[in-house]
Amino acid sequence: MEMTKQVAWFAACRVEDAVENGGVCVKYHDQQVALFYFTRRDEWYATQNECPHKKQMALSRGLLGAVEDQPKIACPFHKKTFSLKTGECLNGDECAITTYPVRVENGMVYIGFNL
Amino acid sequence: MEQKRVVVVGNGMIGYKFCEKLVSKSDAFLITVFGEEPRRAYDRVHLSEYFNGKTADDLSLSTENWYAERNITLYLDDAVKAIDRDQQTVRSANGHVLSYDFLVIATGSSAFVPDIPGIDKEGVFVYRTIDDLVLIEEYAKRARTGAVMGGGLLGLEAAKALMDLNLKETHVVEFAPRLMPRQIDNRGSEMLQSKLHSIGLKIHLNMGTSSIEGDNCIQYIQFNDGTVLETDMLVISAGIRPRDELAKLCGIETGSRGGILVNEFMQTNDPSVFAIGECALFDHNIYGLIAPGYEMAEVVVSRLCGIEKTFKGFDMSTKLKLIGVDVASFGDPFTTEPDSRTIVFEDTHKGIYKRINISTDGKYLLGGILIGDAEGYNMLLQTVNNKILLPPNPEDMIIGARGNNPQEQQAGVAGLPDEALICSCEGITKGGICSAVADHGCETVDAIKKYTKAGTGCGGCVPMIKDLMVHAMKMKGKYLRNVVCEHFELSRQELYDLIKIHQLKSYDEVLDGLGKGDGCEVCKPLVASLLASIWNDMILRKGNAAAQDSNDRFLANIQKGGSYSVVPRIPGGEITPDKLIVIGEVAKEYNLYTKITGGQRIDMFGAHLSDLPFIWEKLIAAGFESGHAYGKGLRTVKSCVGSTWCRFGLHDSVSFAIRIEERYRGLRAPHKFKSGVSGCIRECAEAQSKDFGIIATERGWNLYVCGNGGGKPQHGLLLATDIDSDTCIRYIDRFLMFYIHTADPLTRTATWLNKMEGGIDYLRNVILNDSLQLAAVWEAEMEVFVKSYECEWKAAVEDPSVRKRFNHFVNSPMEKDSSVKFEEMRGQKKAADWSV
Ligand code: SRM
Ligand SMILES: Cc1cc2nc3c(=O)[nH]c(=O)nc-3n(C[C@H](O)[C@H](O)[C@H](O)COP(=O)(O)OP(=O)(O)OC[C@H]3O[C@@H](n4cnc5c(N)ncnc54)[C@H](O)[C@@H]3O)c2cc1C
Ligand code: SF4
Ligand code: FES
Repeated sequence: MEMTKQVAWFAACRVEDAVENGGVCVKYHDQQVALFYFTRRDEWYATQNECPHKKQMALSRGLLGAVEDQPKIACPFHKKTFSLKTGECLNGDECAITTYPVRVENGMVYIGFNL
Repeated sequence: MEQKRVVVVGNGMIGYKFCEKLVSKSDAFLITVFGEEPRRAYDRVHLSEYFNGKTADDLSLSTENWYAERNITLYLDDAVKAIDRDQQTVRSANGHVLSYDFLVIATGSSAFVPDIPGIDKEGVFVYRTIDDLVLIEEYAKRARTGAVMGGGLLGLEAAKALMDLNLKETHVVEFAPRLMPRQIDNRGSEMLQSKLHSIGLKIHLNMGTSSIEGDNCIQYIQFNDGTVLETDMLVISAGIRPRDELAKLCGIETGSRGGILVNEFMQTNDPSVFAIGECALFDHNIYGLIAPGYEMAEVVVSRLCGIEKTFKGFDMSTKLKLIGVDVASFGDPFTTEPDSRTIVFEDTHKGIYKRINISTDGKYLLGGILIGDAEGYNMLLQTVNNKILLPPNPEDMIIGARGNNPQEQQAGVAGLPDEALICSCEGITKGGICSAVADHGCETVDAIKKYTKAGTGCGGCVPMIKDLMVHAMKMKGKYLRNVVCEHFELSRQELYDLIKIHQLKSYDEVLDGLGKGDGCEVCKPLVASLLASIWNDMILRKGNAAAQDSNDRFLANIQKGGSYSVVPRIPGGEITPDKLIVIGEVAKEYNLYTKITGGQRIDMFGAHLSDLPFIWEKLIAAGFESGHAYGKGLRTVKSCVGSTWCRFGLHDSVSFAIRIEERYRGLRAPHKFKSGVSGCIRECAEAQSKDFGIIATERGWNLYVCGNGGGKPQHGLLLATDIDSDTCIRYIDRFLMFYIHTADPLTRTATWLNKMEGGIDYLRNVILNDSLQLAAVWEAEMEVFVKSYECEWKAAVEDPSVRKRFNHFVNSPMEKDSSVKFEEMRGQKKAADWSV
């Protein structure tokens, strides 16, 4: 995770509000952020909620998974998949999605936004 | 080395096979082929499939460049007109003159057209080439009724083809007192007739035709007995005439009733001229089948390459390819006392007739006839051909050992000797097939076909190839696989069984126990659907929610823009005015677009995720339940109004549709499935386009299965006739469980059946005759399922932990997603268009 820039940590929700092995949508000012709790791998990820394919606010409702060891999210609309680590589209030409760092402290989940 | 010149006259199935065999054995020959037809040799055996959508290209036996790549010169649309045996040359219609060292005549045969007054009228056809079929198809568009002259193998096939062209009536006229007189006996013919009658063919036996009448076109057939048959078209299938005219012209000996005389090397009286296929007359026989023709080609190739091989005559066993009626005849079907003993099994209820002839000492099988159920054909034929000793009770071979098990058939293939000829068309033995599997890694029927060519001729041996493949793989400790994805090296069916055996209840348990890695969008919904099929637990419980496809996870279909649709179940399409009012009120309150669906119910579109539980709470309170419009499971059972109101209705189709819908609601399957019940043959409920459809008859119900709408529409096939309601339900239980257990993921029933070896006949045997002996298990499974049904929307709204998942924002529960946009249209709303 990129830590050199100034990051503001936003308190998104409590751990138990997140969906195990799935996603929830977090409202951050006027933005929508998808927050994923990959319980199997004990990993947290956050990305933009909008799927760049048809601009649908949908990624939080997608299916989590992995290809080889790369964690990914599949959009519920047309199953385009995106890497949760790099945000790149794994089906080829579609543009990438933004990813955000996630931190968990004392049962609270925080998403980091660049200042 | 100087190449010898071989000229082949005729580019039919056998001419092609000859070329294929010769180039694979030797490059010492320069081959030229003349074909009278305008296209490369094609699969005449499967000619009728042209009417089922196969194109001339699909039927072609070779690829476009096949001849050129092998340095074979091919002249199409260019018949050989003369042979000069002194000069050793041939001359073609287009003026090509070629000299030969060897000449191979493979001119096949033409349909025999009897010399009857009026036979040349318009609307009279033969059934031999693709061009014939093109003409028939065109003419049939204007015709209401059709007839076929000749009730033999080809005649019946042509009749079925006419029926499939949607003629209102199709007749078969046969001169002999029975159908297929060369293959089956009188009792067999009677059984076959009643079978054909039930699929709508009208059969007229003992009918001699005196003339074809009509102005320009045929209008009716005049029979010797003074009666007439009105018909708009006629297909002649009264036998074949070997094409020996070229041979006759150049003084090659022919038989008195036609055919080019050949010896055991397929040589004519001129040693450098050979004749093979349907034009050849060997030992007083014309062989009108593909397997002997291929063998003849092999004999000539061997001869040219200096290998010792002779033609020894050939078995004329056949299986009819007619859909819906099994007919087979093998070995010597007619032999009787005192030369042999006969065992007959007859079941007029199911329309089955089986006869086997055994040697007087009871040791060997000599031949037989199968009507209505030809499942045993391959094994019986093997038993004759390989002189396998009969079991102590030979009748077991046609009625099954009492108290037997499904492995029986397997033991059958295992027991065959390695030399047993499995594919007689291509001459491939059991040893050859097993070695392809064991030593050359062929682990699918297609791979075996490709590697050995077995099963590529008439296709009759394909079921046996499959059995042998399974057998050979088992010998190697392997079994068939068609794996799900990188996380599960298992097929859907294996997963199904293992989940059940190990009592796995959640996606994670399944992944930990049977898979590897972290799952993906392919295996998650698949496993979730299996868990739902097997345990029938509410799908959002026990950590399975996040493994569901979006639609299942939110119990609603996601729409363009991110809103959802709401579809309550309306069984059989029947609804009270009060319930209609509730739908109206709910739709108004939540500002939903309403539409009557193609499945006879009402869809409310445009619901916000967070409104779904509230909407459903209201609907449930009014007595509605989930319609599972989102799940891979039962959708709707469409009904017509039936006998309660309709003047034609035979039974109460609405009540039966409701009974069925309530029985199978919520059942998860590899794909969605639909049903319909019509009150009579007018078929207002379109039952034949459903995964299973039911149509009332005078005596009960007809059950059709594996119909499909969608992008590749397909009509359902008749599974059972005139059954009562309880039997119908029992068959559907079995059918659905068989489908759920064995279909690949996201495979509708039509596709599942299309891929099934043995097709509808096999399926019918499994469902009606319980050939896998699983019916009782399946019925019990279905009973458990039916008893444990609960409405998943009711469970969802009553469980706070499930309910909270319907909020759009985890950190602002009551807030709606403002990105969901609607537009107005005809006084209602619609989803805004994609912005990109
Ligand atoms: C609502 C409806 C259209 C309508 O306004 O009439 C409809 C709407 C959808 N159909 Fe359909 N189909 C509807 C009747 C049909 C019919 C007609 C019928 O059932 O008599 C067919 C053809 C018959 C058939 O299935 O054999 C039909 C063939 C399909 C197919 C193609 C299936 C195939 O095997 O090729 C799909 C795609 C799929 O399921 O994978 C599909 C999928 C869909 C989906 C679920 C697509 C999606 O994933 O978003 C649509 C969303 C519905 C929603 O949001 O609620 N729909 N769909 C109909 C709902 C019927 C119901 O009451 O449940
Ligand atoms: C509808 C139908 C269904 C059948 N079903 C089966 C089945 O299920 N099982 C089975 O075993 N068999 C079946 N048969 C029979 C099988 O198709 C034939 O046995 C096989 O095609 C014979 O091959 P052939 O090469 O001898 O003749 P053909 O395939 O008829 O080929 C002969 C070719 O030579 C051409 N020709 C003739 N004269 C000349 C000339 N002078 N110069 C150049 N070319 C010439 C003809 O135009 C023709 O193209 C069926 C046949 C039909 C019509
Ligand atoms: S299918 Fe028959 S019974 Fe049903 S509505 Fe139509 S005509 Fe009436
Ligand atoms: S909108 Fe996400 S894949 Fe199409």
